Amino acid sequence: MGKPLIRIENVVKQYTRDTQVLTVLDGLSLEVEEGDFVALMGPSGSGKTTLLNLVAGIDRPTSGTIHVGDAEVSSMSEGALARWRSQHVGFIFQLYNLVPVLTAFENVELPLLLTRLSKADRRRQVETALGVVGLSDRMDHYPRQLSGGQEQRVAIARAIATDPTLLVADEPTGDLDARSGEEILVLLERLNHEFGKTVVMVTHDPKAAARAHRLVHLDKGVLKEDVRAKEAAGSIGLAAAVEVSAGK
Amino acid sequence: MLGIPLKYNVRNLFVRKVTTSLTVAGIALVVMVFLCVMALGEGLTRVFTASGSDRNVLVLRQNSQSELQSGITRDQVPLVETLPGVEKDADGKPLASAELVVVLNLEKREGGSSNVTIRGVEEKGWKLRPGIRLTEGRMFSPGASEVIVSDGVSRRFKDTNVGEELHFGAYRWKVVGHFDAGGTAPDSEIWTDVEGMINTFKRNGYSSVLARTPDRAARDLFVAGLSSDPRLALEGKVERTYYDEQTATAAPIKFLGLFVGVVMAIGACFGAMNTMYAAVSSRTREIATLRALGFSRLSILASFILESVFLSLLGGLLGCVLGVLAVKLALSGVTGTTNFATFSEVVFAFRLTPALLLTGVVFSLAMGFFGGLFPAGRAAFTKITQALRQVG
Ligand SMILES: Nc1ncnc2c1ncn2[C@@H]1O[C@H](COP(=O)(O)OP(=O)(O)OP(=O)(O)O)[C@@H](O)[C@H]1O
Ligand SMILES: [Mg+2]
Repeated sequence: MGKPLIRIENVVKQYTRDTQVLTVLDGLSLEVEEGDFVALMGPSGSGKTTLLNLVAGIDRPTSGTIHVGDAEVSSMSEGALARWRSQHVGFIFQLYNLVPVLTAFENVELPLLLTRLSKADRRRQVETALGVVGLSDRMDHYPRQLSGGQEQRVAIARAIATDPTLLVADEPTGDLDARSGEEILVLLERLNHEFGKTVVMVTHDPKAAARAHRLVHLDKGVLKEDVRAKEAAGSIGLAAAVEVSAGK
Repeated sequence: MLGIPLKYNVRNLFVRKVTTSLTVAGIALVVMVFLCVMALGEGLTRVFTASGSDRNVLVLRQNSQSELQSGITRDQVPLVETLPGVEKDADGKPLASAELVVVLNLEKREGGSSNVTIRGVEEKGWKLRPGIRLTEGRMFSPGASEVIVSDGVSRRFKDTNVGEELHFGAYRWKVVGHFDAGGTAPDSEIWTDVEGMINTFKRNGYSSVLARTPDRAARDLFVAGLSSDPRLALEGKVERTYYDEQTATAAPIKFLGLFVGVVMAIGACFGAMNTMYAAVSSRTREIATLRALGFSRLSILASFILESVFLSLLGGLLGCVLGVLAVKLALSGVTGTTNFATFSEVVFAFRLTPALLLTGVVFSLAMGFFGGLFPAGRAAFTKITQALRQVG
């Protein structure tokens, strides 16, 4: 495995409500290597989403530093963070978060509108991304015309459209049936294995977590367990990916 | 680098069919009412402000508010007309017209009666008012008890068609022509020859003298000459100023238009704001997603203000269409009101000018902008992490 892509050092995240201070992350340190596939687990309220948001640069820690690649995201300004996110992070949400009034194509094109790409280049990249998730034939469909699993695949296409190094997924299978969830996991595995994306995924599902190369358990804002899974998990995932894409 | 595409906003407006339609209808109504009232004010203003030239001087007895209260004796007229500053015609005679103005109470076509100004003019009086033209029949002949009637008056008063005989008390005039003065003051008048009129009404003088001056310097010279001649006790008013002062009739209507417009616009503004707040809060998670993807606060702000402006633009355009229809269909006829300076009817039409329509559109854009400002601010400044937690 490569050099660390994500370096989290001594991060504290607190919320202050009235006079009460709620410490969600309590001096947490963690490194994630480039090309890794990390599953973040832990009981509800343990701070998984909070940690993911900090790494993805949509939130800032109360103290401590977070580096992603060369960027110190814990100290960047709002505008700089927005620009950084558009180039380096792909987001995958539990509820897909597609824009309902835009077609699959237009949803995937959204992050590309923030680049200098020409219309033709954007089209090519959208088509490639939708091809990777196996939805080339659903380009002009609106989210409401797609199943949950298909919506999540469009969302994944949107996340990879700008070819970011890091993918963050917050319970990507949480709203899906077992079969669709399986498809999504296979896809994430493939993005990690085949395209070299670093994936950080929050999940409650042990079966989903088993797909990852590394399991990180959070409890009450501190690291509880950090397990590196057997390398075998990766090849099983790949086999399943071939199966699924053959079934399409 | 592009912002959030406009189709995103347009489609969202069409998704919310009912609220969008209601908001558009509300704004359209405001713009329509505003346009109608302003068109009324515009029509009235035109009667007065478009009337009168900068180069014509209206000579009245000192301290008279209007021609009706003024009087000029026969022997004063040559003194006035030969003062320095008055332009000479090709025939070498001064370009001036001594005129007599009397108000008659005439019967209206729809019943009832109202005051109408009858004006006796000299031959040159026609020349002094360049916008005026005959639309039917011919000019009156002096001394023949003939009149020409403006189209506006003839539409509203009995016995004023060409060929008919107009009577008031014992007086009778033959209507020989109609004229149009392009929405200016003579459109509320009946004209005849001044000498005949002096005989008919047994007057021994005129009401006013209207004189043309070649330029501003000559005009000021003429006005100064008038006021410095103690024998005359007359004063000269620039014709345009004289009518401007009478626009007092239109001022309250325009003020009313603006007042009603602004009050209603504030209401419509809140309507747009409400609609946009609802739109923003139902799309909280979606907006947070856009921001997570990297769209800046500014582009979110611009996007939602644009959505609001587009919404109200639809209303503004619809309002213009309704306004034009209302003025064309319901308010098309010539209308009259009383000029409180002369107590005679002023004939005018609702005037919906392109400039007014543009004002209506700009008005609606302003409603959209101010209505959208705060909701757009909420969209742009809510914390992303908090907004992403919202379900639904
Ligand atoms: N804006 C906020 N203000 C106050 N408290 C917050 C805020 N956001 C999160 N919290 C609290 O922080 C704690 C951790 O939240 P977080 O969403 O990270 O948990 P999680 O591990 O993702 O839980 P789940 O599995 O239910 O998604 C929770 O107790 C939550 O109530
Ligand atoms: Mg969570």
